[in-house]
Amino acid sequence: MKKLLMGAALLLGTAASAQGLLINGAGATFPAPLYQKWFSEYNKINPNIKFNYQAIGSGGGIKQFTEGTVDFGATDAALKDDQLAKAPDAVHVPTVMGAVVVAYNAPGVKALRFSGETLANIFLGKITKWNDPAIAADNPGMKLPEQTIVIARRSDGSGTNAIFTDYLSKISPEFKTKVGSGTSVNWPVGLGGKGNDGVTGLIKSNPGTIGYVELAYAIQQKLTIAEMKNKDGAWVKPSIASVTAAAAGVDVPADYRVSITNPSGKDSWPISGFTWLLVHKDMKDAAKGKAIVNFLRWALNDGEKMAEPLDYAPLPDALRERVLKTVDSLTVNGAKVSAK
Amino acid sequence: MADAAASSVAPAEAEAGHPGPGNLGDRIFNGTLWALGIMVLVVAGLIVLNLALVARPLAKEHSLWGFITSREWNPIEDHFGALPFLYGTLVTSAVSIILAVPVAIGLGLFITQFAPPKLGRVLTIPVELLAAIPSVVYGLWGLFIVVPWLRESIQPWLGKHFGWLPIFTGPPIGLGYLAAGAILAVMILPTVVAVSVEVMKTTPEANREAALALGATKWEAVMMAVIPYSRAGILGAVLLGLGRALGETMAVTMVIGNSPDISLSLFAPGYSLPAVIANEFAEATSNVHVGALAGLGLILFATTFLLNAAARVLVTAVQKGPSRVKG
Amino acid sequence: MNLHSSFTYRKVVDRGMAVVCALCFIGAFIPLISVLWLVVSNGAAGLSWAFFTELPKPVGEAGGGIGNALVGTLYMVGLACVIGLPLGVGAGVYLAEKGDGTIGSTVRFMAEVLSGVPSIVIGIVAYALVVIPMGHFSATAGAVALAILMIPTLARATEELVRLVPGSLREASLALGVPNWKTSLSVVIRTAMGGIVTACLLAVARAAGETAPLLFTALNNQYWNLNPSAPTASLTVAIYNYAISPYDDWHSKAWTASLVLLIVVGLLNIASRVLTRSRLKGAR
Repeated sequence: MKKLLMGAALLLGTAASAQGLLINGAGATFPAPLYQKWFSEYNKINPNIKFNYQAIGSGGGIKQFTEGTVDFGATDAALKDDQLAKAPDAVHVPTVMGAVVVAYNAPGVKALRFSGETLANIFLGKITKWNDPAIAADNPGMKLPEQTIVIARRSDGSGTNAIFTDYLSKISPEFKTKVGSGTSVNWPVGLGGKGNDGVTGLIKSNPGTIGYVELAYAIQQKLTIAEMKNKDGAWVKPSIASVTAAAAGVDVPADYRVSITNPSGKDSWPISGFTWLLVHKDMKDAAKGKAIVNFLRWALNDGEKMAEPLDYAPLPDALRERVLKTVDSLTVNGAKVSAK
Repeated sequence: MADAAASSVAPAEAEAGHPGPGNLGDRIFNGTLWALGIMVLVVAGLIVLNLALVARPLAKEHSLWGFITSREWNPIEDHFGALPFLYGTLVTSAVSIILAVPVAIGLGLFITQFAPPKLGRVLTIPVELLAAIPSVVYGLWGLFIVVPWLRESIQPWLGKHFGWLPIFTGPPIGLGYLAAGAILAVMILPTVVAVSVEVMKTTPEANREAALALGATKWEAVMMAVIPYSRAGILGAVLLGLGRALGETMAVTMVIGNSPDISLSLFAPGYSLPAVIANEFAEATSNVHVGALAGLGLILFATTFLLNAAARVLVTAVQKGPSRVKG
Repeated sequence: MNLHSSFTYRKVVDRGMAVVCALCFIGAFIPLISVLWLVVSNGAAGLSWAFFTELPKPVGEAGGGIGNALVGTLYMVGLACVIGLPLGVGAGVYLAEKGDGTIGSTVRFMAEVLSGVPSIVIGIVAYALVVIPMGHFSATAGAVALAILMIPTLARATEELVRLVPGSLREASLALGVPNWKTSLSVVIRTAMGGIVTACLLAVARAAGETAPLLFTALNNQYWNLNPSAPTASLTVAIYNYAISPYDDWHSKAWTASLVLLIVVGLLNIASRVLTRSRLKGAR
């Protein structure tokens, strides 16, 4: 009986692997809804190629990619220099841009707005009630409840976290020293949620909770979103347009590792960010390497068109051309990859 | 008869003395058995070895004492401390023991002493069913049923009437130590009940009947004969339940709030040793971070190991009891 | 007169405590009914052929199912059985046949204590043993974790069952000239086999319900997988991911998947119970 089982398993195993190509990736939850759509659509066009993407957070994506336990990674926190030292052949391929928004669950309170300092103090745990004078100052004339603020933040290694804390660190020196910025930080307060969906769930189910999530999640789950004051002093709502505006003035370096938080520009959303796919400059597996390169080409051409309906900002054309050239320069065992 | 058996065995053994298929078969069989038995020790060794190996980078940066007493969990600067997780694990386990043990002992007494034997057998079925439910299903139930119930009914009530106690302060969010402790209580109940029933059943009938003969009521017989006799075993049952509570992962992760803080209030979110390992292991980016998580795993392993060992000693001591009393 | 009222008091206490103890049963019964009722009522609506056979769809698209997760669980538990059942039962036989020495006591003690090790810790061990050398997540890593979990419990249960076989059976076989090893295999173990199968069924039920050790060994997979060296979906991890998501339709899927899991675990438990009953009936 057991021999039968083992034999069957081996047979099926070899059969399964002969049938299609399975490419494993892991990483950010920030772009996960869009990536899932991309992989699903790509599989419809190429039924033999399956991309298995696990949204475990940018931290996980970086780690698994560096250790080689996955074929590609995904992160919204660009590799720092010490991380790059461990994965020297990593290439960041920006795919789309997104907004990290401040969402909250305060029944009866609509259209709240926060200045950067107020937000930093809330997440430092210094502002503890919804009707705190600082919040009232940002929202003149609004009736605020006498309720304790419950904070929802990320419990896993997260690029969304990195973008959000990067912004707050730029705004508040106290935040920078006490909490810092990065995929995992020393949060002084708050409920930990796993992934963007975890935080969304926390906000949704607990009145009085405030947290930060990617725009797509907030819109899909109909969370109330706050307006923010940007660097130029204007009050902006998060939107695809405001994210695109944020990227407009920024000089993107050759390796695409750049932060676009707190940019100038009166239409800019202050907590925006790129998200990248991490691939190896020279891939060793011929079949997988070819599939990955051709997928990237498809994503940067056809995939970009699917970004807006899912509330992500596609890359500006000039940047997209640059990225396509970088993708063309990726090699498999030293050789360039032809379009299929 | 015994003689006849012995004398018929003797020729077989005499045969076995000669090299032949019987003897070789015996050797192979015994050897295989021995190897399989040793596998258990190998597995134990592998567990400790691998945990220690993965945890090694942690040892380079932290001393054991420093690790256990630090409250910091800072993956950016690679400073890790186990204290918030030890605290959370202990608090949730304590809550679960406080809630589950009285119910378990009462149920054990009911099954063994007060209920007619047939009913007693039937009553063990729901307890066994509780034990069979997987942890993630308890987590699901906890997240969607227990947490809102706590948030909307229990916690506000506790806060209103007992809010002067530091353990019932803070906003009622449902998630937190209390939710985790409550669900753990349901999960460890079957373990404590099963072992308690086993232990209570070994009380020599003579002791009970002596008490009853002296005119005691059933309850008094219990207090005079059963409880004192099985005390050690019940303690063992509690320790086993505690061991299970310490190691429970999924249900706790889903309702504890995942917040590496230390708070006196049971309404506050916290974290536990297994929960942080589950959340962060796949994503820990530095060797020290992975080492810290494996270090937490080692602490967990050592604690449950000691608890289970102590429990085993206690339970077997009670179960061996009758032979000591008779002899 | 004092005696009489004191006796009434004692009687009241006696009846009162009996009631309290009976009420403790309610304490156990209510959560059980709550869990079962909620899983059935929330999950039944989602049961459909599509649910059992389809792959999960991305967020926002309706439909999809847990087909790959169900297969993944069956596959990994199957692999775990291949590794764990022989080792666990074998260790149990060792303890029953040869386990009276120092080594035997140590093995017995270890098996007892190891059965209480948290499954998440076993997950770390499997990660170090399989994922790191292999270089990636795999169904094998998940299966190894589950197998390690099965071994101690099986060893203890098997030992008890084999010891229950009457010594007279063994002696009769030896008296007939059957070599020692054959006696053990064909007579003693065969007699205990019914009980051993029961113990295996329970071990399988436990393995099928585990989540924590699979989180960073088998990871997850959006597609069908029977390749032992690729990541694999599982029913329990699927329930976990659906439950902690913010999407309402995924929450419904979590309930339905839980119902499926409870049915699988329930069937295994019922099978073991039926086998025990028929074995006991047959023995009489």
